[in-house]
Amino acid sequence: MEKLHLLFVFSFSWLASHLNMWLRTGIGNSFLLLVTEMLIAGISLLAFLVILCFFLGYMERKVAAFMEIRLGPNRVGPKGSLQIVADTVKLLFKEGLTPDGSDKFLFNLAPFVVVVTSMLAIAPLAFARDFQLWDVNIGIFYVTSISSMAVIGILMAGWSSSNKYSLIGAMRSGAQIVSYELSIGLSLISIVILSGSLRLSDIIQSQANGWWIFKGHIPVLISFIIFIIASTAEINRAPFDLTEAEQELTGGFHTEYAGMKFAMFLLSEYINLFIVSAIAATIFLGGWMPFHIGNLTGFNHAMDYIPSSLWFFGKTFFIIFIIMWFRWTFPRLRIDQLLNLEWKYLLPISMGNTLLVSAMAVFGWYL
Amino acid sequence: MVLITGYVKMNGTEINIKKTGFLKEYFGTIFTSLSSLLTGMKLTGYYFIHPNKIITEQYPDNRATLKMAERFRGEVTLPHNENNEHRCNGCQSCEIACPNGSIKIVTKHEISEDGKKKKRIDTWVYHLEMCTFCNLCIEACPSKAIVMGKKFEHSVYDKSQLVKILNKPGSKVMKEAEE
Repeated sequence: MEKLHLLFVFSFSWLASHLNMWLRTGIGNSFLLLVTEMLIAGISLLAFLVILCFFLGYMERKVAAFMEIRLGPNRVGPKGSLQIVADTVKLLFKEGLTPDGSDKFLFNLAPFVVVVTSMLAIAPLAFARDFQLWDVNIGIFYVTSISSMAVIGILMAGWSSSNKYSLIGAMRSGAQIVSYELSIGLSLISIVILSGSLRLSDIIQSQANGWWIFKGHIPVLISFIIFIIASTAEINRAPFDLTEAEQELTGGFHTEYAGMKFAMFLLSEYINLFIVSAIAATIFLGGWMPFHIGNLTGFNHAMDYIPSSLWFFGKTFFIIFIIMWFRWTFPRLRIDQLLNLEWKYLLPISMGNTLLVSAMAVFGWYL
Repeated sequence: MVLITGYVKMNGTEINIKKTGFLKEYFGTIFTSLSSLLTGMKLTGYYFIHPNKIITEQYPDNRATLKMAERFRGEVTLPHNENNEHRCNGCQSCEIACPNGSIKIVTKHEISEDGKKKKRIDTWVYHLEMCTFCNLCIEACPSKAIVMGKKFEHSVYDKSQLVKILNKPGSKVMKEAEE
């Protein structure tokens, strides 16, 4: 019974505060203490992201296989779970070739820019109750502005490769991210209007009596769908993977990359996938907030016993699964269809939707 | 212009036929595209939650129990019955039908009991190394003597081992397939 009690008390915030207390006794200097804590947070975040990418790579392969009536990796490790480790080891042993005609400095810098921009966007995410790296007051604004910076790394990679396929892929990516950024911003703004704050912890608190997707009726549902579509385009995944388009561009902007430099592009792709899913889960599905129904106290208490980190990761992986489902079902759009979809459909609809949401917020037409 | 017509239409005060057509098309496109996308997602989602539908054969593992598909084309075979009889009467239709000359049929003449001369096969030569498994010989055969076999593990160290003689030594043609 004692052990069981400990299980319920254990949470990430408990771990963080105990670590802080323990470090406080050891290190007197407050600046040194801050640096140590930052180092611990950074290293554990890096380790988490690498493990996450291994898991997402495995999950993607298995999901793809089951949707295509195949088995997927099933040789390396139990049920093929170590396949990604084997692939990483293979990439480690490969030569990190830099092409002769390329701009060598930019070519080697680009993978780092891409990975750093996608890692920066993870800072304001709340992984569990009271467990957040950086609760900045402009959280949503910060995430959207950082994620649109990823295009710089992609353009850098495409330009410096001095390969026409890479350049076409990078240019397409630029057009795509610049266009879809607008609908992402507008769909996020609808929730900012309703909750009245850009701070992610405030937005999560505003969903304590119900997630926005249930409280906000049809307008929020529309902005949720628009957010999912536009963020799939933003992270260059199928059906919007024109930047890579294997059949026409032989890999797009990372055609010339090999070895670990290539693996870094792959890493950033999966981190981006996690980030957009985590943002969607935080904004629309209540982050770590448990699922509550009105006044059913018994049911609500039972839901409270599920740890908040499980709620967060459950919702995030639900959205990751939906985005993977898109990838293995839909055919790729042409570039003109892609721009049509954004400028003629998503943008006007999300503008009208923002107006509706503002009316809802003004007249209080939500729970 | 477009947005203004949309506004007019929503209020129902003034309806321009041509522009209403545009609105209908606009929202109709959204509806049809969403429903067709959902149809696709329904199918892949169905396959995702039904792992028993997986068609992958775990080949080297299930070698003992492997069942090939009904129309699988592995090699040309000439089936013999228990009396060492086959149905080939040496008409050479398959040899003519074969597009790249993988079949060579050597015939001989036999004298039957009533003193007639009859055409019979001597050797039925099949060049597996040249065969493209097009199935034209099977379709051309008038007496259904040859069928496609299911065996597909044909690796050998020398290509001369792939030249096969399909009729077994001492075999005869069946009575009912003689002509």
